[in-house]
Amino acid sequence: MSDDLILSLRGIRKAFGDNTVLDGIDLDVARGDAVTLIGASGSGKSTLLRCVNLLEPIDDGVILFDGADVAEPGLDPDPVRRRIGMVFQSFNLFPHMKVVDNVAIGPRKVLKRPKDEARDAARELLARLDLEDRADAFPDQLSGGQQQRVAIARSLAMGPDIMLLDEITSALDPELVGEVLAVVRDLKSEGLTIVMATHEMNFARDISDRVCFLHNGQILESGPPEQIFGEPTETRTRDFLHRVLDAGRM
Amino acid sequence: MSDGPAEATLTRRQAYEKARRRRGIIIASTSTIIVVVALIVLVPMAPRWDRVRQSFFNWEIFKDSFPRLLDAFWLNIQIFLWSLPLIFVLSLLVAVARNTRSPALFPLRAAAVIYTDVFRGIPVILAIFLIGFGVPGLFDSRTWSNPLIWGTVALVLSYSAYVSEVFRAGIESIHESQRAAARSLGMTARQTMTAVILPQAMRRVVPPLMNSVVSLQKDVALVSLIGPVEILRQAGIDKAIYANFTPYVAAACIFLALTIPCTRLADWLMAREQARTGGTAVA
Repeated sequence: MSDDLILSLRGIRKAFGDNTVLDGIDLDVARGDAVTLIGASGSGKSTLLRCVNLLEPIDDGVILFDGADVAEPGLDPDPVRRRIGMVFQSFNLFPHMKVVDNVAIGPRKVLKRPKDEARDAARELLARLDLEDRADAFPDQLSGGQQQRVAIARSLAMGPDIMLLDEITSALDPELVGEVLAVVRDLKSEGLTIVMATHEMNFARDISDRVCFLHNGQILESGPPEQIFGEPTETRTRDFLHRVLDAGRM
Repeated sequence: MSDGPAEATLTRRQAYEKARRRRGIIIASTSTIIVVVALIVLVPMAPRWDRVRQSFFNWEIFKDSFPRLLDAFWLNIQIFLWSLPLIFVLSLLVAVARNTRSPALFPLRAAAVIYTDVFRGIPVILAIFLIGFGVPGLFDSRTWSNPLIWGTVALVLSYSAYVSEVFRAGIESIHESQRAAARSLGMTARQTMTAVILPQAMRRVVPPLMNSVVSLQKDVALVSLIGPVEILRQAGIDKAIYANFTPYVAAACIFLALTIPCTRLADWLMAREQARTGGTAVA
């Protein structure tokens, strides 16, 4: 098991001023696994994902990515980021580029692929996500669900070893959530490693190999979804799940 | 915009709107006619109107001086056309320099801040005097004492300080999440700036930039104060020859022929940007 770890976090700490957001996070992610972070807003899920992608520098701890500590101060983050895909809650597509160029820009600029080759590959990828007819549109002409699928395609175009999904359905209208989750399900079945923060508990239960409950910057409890959702040991996990599931029932 | 439905098919709401529109047009035209008539009637009633008309609105002098002024205006246009691309490039470099984050580039950032502070704090005319009279003193050769060169340099330095702030505001108006998205793909800071941030920032700053372009067209005339015979100086010469102010009025007309279309274009661009990013107008 341990030889197959792609990501290991040890003692991650992060504070914004006096506000401690991550307070000693340990987490192991095996290749091909889907790990889900759940917890109230402000519990540190998003910050943790941003730290793994080196978008936020951590204050202390070790981020072992494929065996190397990428949190080492002074290390060039760009080669690491190109192997880690990230999808954001608010899509963050580039509004001045066509959909196909949004997907092709990473390979073109970072991997130095020729423009035509990168675009052809982008069209193929869009076709896989049922978006080939939107390739020449601009992002603001797409529905939220389509935009988020383009954002996923943009990350996938870099051929990442791991995908970080930061509440990627939270900004979507309820009827659009399904199409995005279906894509994630496909990626998981193709063997891509996924770490995601989400409020979609049914989806988390369905797809995850492991679920971690974050509270005040710590992982209070983690385990297989049956255990976390079925018989959580921590009262605070139980309380959180009750609140979320009750809200869902209303 | 086709005509509305025929009178018979108008709903009460549409009929009301139509009547309101018609009433608005009538009020606007009536008040305009009143103001114009008042001006035409009242101004000549001023006690010394005849003298003013003689010295500012003399048609013979206007006709006589106009071609010379137009010739001189060509120099304004030339200075304007050299300055514009230089201002564009310099201000963009300064704006990008101020947005760098690497500690190694601190001297560059500091230089950019000092430059914008100094040149935004000095009147354009003073910059033209200081550079136009001061810098040529450094050289022996007369080719380097050309006031056209140093006047243009002074204009470029003054304007770039302002315009770089416009660019900087544009760059900073692009949300941080765009940077995060680009960096998460593995793009470098420079690639992020050139491929993601600048193209979006440029679109946003076009309307405010147009206002600077219009001001520049007028401020080119300030270069005349260190020597070159452009339109303002030519108008001054003609004023002395005819002992009449009409050449100044003629010069003003020539400026307006260029600046009014540019101003309208700027307004139109700004309205278009507003329509794209803002909401609709409130009744």
